[in-house]
Amino acid sequence: MMQSIKQQPFRAAVLVLVWGWLLFLVLAPNMLVVGASVMTRDPATFISLPLNLDAYRQLFNPLYLDVFLASLYMAAMTTLICLLIGYPFAWALSRVEKRRQMLLIFLLIVPFWTNSLVRTYALKLILATNGLLNSALSSLGLIDQPVQLLYTEGAVIVGLVYLLLPFMILPLYSVFEDLRQDVLLASHDLGAGRFATFKNVVVPLTLPGVLAGVMLVLLPAMGLFFVPDILGGSRNLLVGNVIKNQFLDARNWPFGAAASIVLTLCMALLMFAHRLSKRRLGEEGV
Amino acid sequence: MPWLSRSYLALVYLLLYVPIVVLVVFSFNDSRTGYNWGGFSLRWYESLFNNHAMVQAMWNSLWLALTAATVSTCIGALTALALHRYRFRGKKALNGMLFVVMMSPEIVLAISLLGLFLLLGLKLGYVSLLLAHVTFCLPFVVITVMARLTGFDERLPEAARDLGASDFTMTRTVLIPVIMPALMAGWLLGFTLSMDDVVVSTFVSGPSYEILPLRIYSMVRVGLKPEVNALGTLLLVFSLAMLMLSQWILSRSKQ
Repeated sequence: MMQSIKQQPFRAAVLVLVWGWLLFLVLAPNMLVVGASVMTRDPATFISLPLNLDAYRQLFNPLYLDVFLASLYMAAMTTLICLLIGYPFAWALSRVEKRRQMLLIFLLIVPFWTNSLVRTYALKLILATNGLLNSALSSLGLIDQPVQLLYTEGAVIVGLVYLLLPFMILPLYSVFEDLRQDVLLASHDLGAGRFATFKNVVVPLTLPGVLAGVMLVLLPAMGLFFVPDILGGSRNLLVGNVIKNQFLDARNWPFGAAASIVLTLCMALLMFAHRLSKRRLGEEGV
Repeated sequence: MPWLSRSYLALVYLLLYVPIVVLVVFSFNDSRTGYNWGGFSLRWYESLFNNHAMVQAMWNSLWLALTAATVSTCIGALTALALHRYRFRGKKALNGMLFVVMMSPEIVLAISLLGLFLLLGLKLGYVSLLLAHVTFCLPFVVITVMARLTGFDERLPEAARDLGASDFTMTRTVLIPVIMPALMAGWLLGFTLSMDDVVVSTFVSGPSYEILPLRIYSMVRVGLKPEVNALGTLLLVFSLAMLMLSQWILSRSKQ
């Protein structure tokens, strides 16, 4: 070891810097969270001994279990809608001529580079009781009086879809880009109909993209606490809101930490599924 | 079929851009209520720049984004070079850790850092924000630079070594010029991520250093504030300029 430091001081310095940063600001803090989740709540020092599993037990308290299930439902709906919009979108996008494609992708990432709070706020302008959508609908004679759109679960889902859609489309687009036309033609030549080709060829080949998209949408959709704050009327609609409240307002760190570990486990599960789907494709040699 | 898929693409783009267009149009709206058109006016831009706390938050955010992007670009570039060039124990673990940082929900990163800072007794403010922002920008810089390094002619650094250059000299004279466009693109991405972040900043910022996203957050939680339309429009123009700059840098380097 000493030898290699003398031989390549630059290399050693780089590795120490990077490892130091990651160990200090990623690994250590995460260990802290794991530690905090098994400790006891303390009003003065946030956490104290003795060790126990109360926080995890509290997660199964019907009150919080409801929030978790509601959050999972909102995130799942968001992901499903993103997938339903994004899948055909990515397919269509991958078949546009190359020159135009670059422009279209540019247009897709412009919103991503735009402040997400401001974009969420813009939705509020549209969805408010006397907002644009209501006035448009009533001037078309479709409704007699304003419909309550803002401060509903629907508004929160719309907000989440709006913010997260590009994260579903981009990984899907990249798998559709790799989907070779001759594979589809081969399937057709072998007598498969449109539906059979879709089910047996297109879906399995694009599955890694689907899972990557799901991963990039589902997890943030549970954590983005500012969306329900702005569009949902400040209710605890997402796990993110619960974690934020437990840490910043209720000062119940063990519980907040346990909730965030549940989120991390969800992430690990999704990453595992994603790897598995990629490996399966690799083994089948497609 | 092409007709159908084309109109579908157009429809989705329309939905993506309607809120942004509404925001920009309403930022020039004279009406106080914010829903009806009351004539063209620049009053919201005026009241924005007369708001001292807001201007201060804007400067704070800009400085934070500037420094966070710079630090994360330096560390990220070095990391990418190390991952690309060296064989070392724990290389897979390093890669994996960066991937986890990129994938893990921001809120998880946020509370873990809050815990660390409180444990260390670090006062929440500029320093805690900087450490947090560099951490979440880092993986994005690393993948941007890594992408540039793959497919790069390995004989160039070897030639430099054969000609007697040390590792450091070779990096400075051969590798850095090659990855320059990626460095700039990574820097711009880091800058934007930092300017946009709400989730992590909510946890690790203190009253001594107020930044723009948190200021906007406290404004938009209740009701509608026309100033936000003006501010949003300015931010939009700003990030559009940044994005075009980064695309231009990347496309020019490909030729």
